[in-house]
Amino acid sequence: MESVTTVSSGSTPPQVINGQVSLDASRYSTREINDFLHHQAALLGVKQVRILNPDGQHNLAVGLDLPVEVEIAGHAGYFVGGMNKQAVINVDGNVGWSVAENMMSGTVRVRGFASECAGASGHGGLLVIEGDASSRCGISMKGIDIGVGGSVGHMSAFMAQAGTLLICGDAAAALGDSLYEAVIYVGGRIHSLGADAREEPMTPQDHDRIRQLLRRAGLERDSRNFKRIASAKSLYHWNVEADQEY
Amino acid sequence: MSEDRPAPGRHLRLEESYSFSSPVIDYIQHAAEHGLYEIRGLGAKRQLPSFDDLVFLTASLSRYPLEGYRERCETTTLLGTRFAKNPVELNIPITIAGMSFGALSANVKQALGRAATEVGTSTTTGDGGMTAEEREFSRTLVYQCLPSRYGFNPDDLRRADAVEIVIGQGAKPGGGGMLLGQKISPRVAKMRTLPEGIDQRSACRHPDWVGPDDLVIKMNELREITDWKIPIYVKFGATRVREDVKLAVKSGADVVVIDGMQGGTAATQQVFIEHAGIPTLPAVRLAVEALEEMNMFGKVQLIVSGGIRSGADCAKALALGADAVSIGQGVLIALGCNSPHYVRQQTEKIDVTEEYHRLGTAPGYCHHCHTGRCPVGVTTQDSVLEQRLDPDWGATRVKNYLKTLTMELTTLARACGKSNVHHLEREDLVALTVEAAAMAGVPLAGTDWIPGRS
Repeated sequence: MESVTTVSSGSTPPQVINGQVSLDASRYSTREINDFLHHQAALLGVKQVRILNPDGQHNLAVGLDLPVEVEIAGHAGYFVGGMNKQAVINVDGNVGWSVAENMMSGTVRVRGFASECAGASGHGGLLVIEGDASSRCGISMKGIDIGVGGSVGHMSAFMAQAGTLLICGDAAAALGDSLYEAVIYVGGRIHSLGADAREEPMTPQDHDRIRQLLRRAGLERDSRNFKRIASAKSLYHWNVEADQEY
Repeated sequence: MSEDRPAPGRHLRLEESYSFSSPVIDYIQHAAEHGLYEIRGLGAKRQLPSFDDLVFLTASLSRYPLEGYRERCETTTLLGTRFAKNPVELNIPITIAGMSFGALSANVKQALGRAATEVGTSTTTGDGGMTAEEREFSRTLVYQCLPSRYGFNPDDLRRADAVEIVIGQGAKPGGGGMLLGQKISPRVAKMRTLPEGIDQRSACRHPDWVGPDDLVIKMNELREITDWKIPIYVKFGATRVREDVKLAVKSGADVVVIDGMQGGTAATQQVFIEHAGIPTLPAVRLAVEALEEMNMFGKVQLIVSGGIRSGADCAKALALGADAVSIGQGVLIALGCNSPHYVRQQTEKIDVTEEYHRLGTAPGYCHHCHTGRCPVGVTTQDSVLEQRLDPDWGATRVKNYLKTLTMELTTLARACGKSNVHHLEREDLVALTVEAAAMAGVPLAGTDWIPGRS
């Protein structure tokens, strides 16, 4: 086997006090931090974890499946909170690509900005990005709810299947391309819609859905200012006449 | 006598055009009628340089053979020894390829799992997630991570024995999945989070990473989630094999899976199946050379798929440097694909030739997996048709097929003097055609000529 940093690399175990623990990412490897969260946190009755000096490391707090609150005190890299179940993960900084990718449940909150593919293929739970998100935000989403305080980049919600993407700011080109059943709400300007996405009239149910999501996301906005984008469903079946103009 | 018959004694001259042959005329008429490309199942049908063009130089005076029934020939196969704490250990180097629940019925998934478990090999999920049936019946189950991520979740990931990141497949390298509405049953729709009955197009690129630099990080994420226990395979269709293998290895793959253009599919454009990718024969050689050039041969394992049918094919793939092969279409045929009948209660044969005709085809020619109307109940989600495949009968058939392949493989290995099928080597092979010699990198029979080398 090629060498891999393992859990037993000799670091002193972290101290748990009143269900709280601090893990210094400059002392513990990502492997050690995730191993602690996967296998030891629950046994030690840990309720709150603070990860110090994350320094943009990738794959922090991935694959969690326990009701724990994780505070990442700084910037995180790719895939932070990936495939999360149950846990509440807060990042006090910016994140790299694919934050909370394929999340099943729980909450991931980014207090700064997010790079590309935020919430990709998420099946459930809530992702909040208080700042802007880059391109492909909510790509392939399958039931996750995403609240973005700022704007999103191009091709956001590409092939989104289910769930809600709420964008308080603007949306760049080709929003909601090839949408399935997911619904997008946009507070600001839409540069352009993607293939098969269309604006639809707002209903009282839409206002309720927006209010609920704003409340859950802790975003203070007026729910009346949003537009609803959903699928025109013209790509649901093969269409000879479409002439590839998708 | 009517006017349109030739006069007595006059020669009727029927000269077919090569450029505009009957199949080409049929293709153009079809295009003109429908204005849409043809979609079909299975793999490339055209004749290609293949393992059939190689033969073994078995032992005689210059080499000792092993006794066929008395001297043991080892077939144990280890996959994923590079990083995984728990590599996959199989009794035979013949695995069952990824095929989705959706393309196949739950009964078929069960039959494959039971057969694989009995002979000690693995099965693989597909574009649609892991079913409870296949997890229950497969001792070793490889979980595919595909661009669509349909049904992908961390619980199934942690239940898997390996994870296979699918970049592409031999039938359509560079293309995404396709499942037509007639196969999107309520259960399939729920697993994929899609409305029932839609024509499903799945993505051709992964949603959360793009190039090989990202793939490094993605693989580490999957390793972190699974605590570095299970191996990560990377599968792609054979195109620029040398470059792709090197990038996969550099990204941290434990196992590389190369699928040649003969590889099958449940549904894709005919133009894709016949005109994209390279045959399995040169793909094996290119992959092996890439591993050798990186000094990773034997450290990263190689699985080869795409048109593997027989023990001879397995032996030749192993001799060229593969660690294992993977079979899709072969096991479907073992389950009765393209047979004129299905079998009820183990013995009673029910003829369904008429149903093939209704699909516009006949037993032996069918590639209508995409319709979901499989007359023998293999590639269907129809609640009536799927009952035609009895999982008990199916498990026995697939087990027999895999056992036959293993016996053929060890027969050839013993005859080459090898006590382990993994000891078969390139030097045991020669080619029957110049093309095969060039593609496989072995000499043309009776010469020491390898075109392009010597």
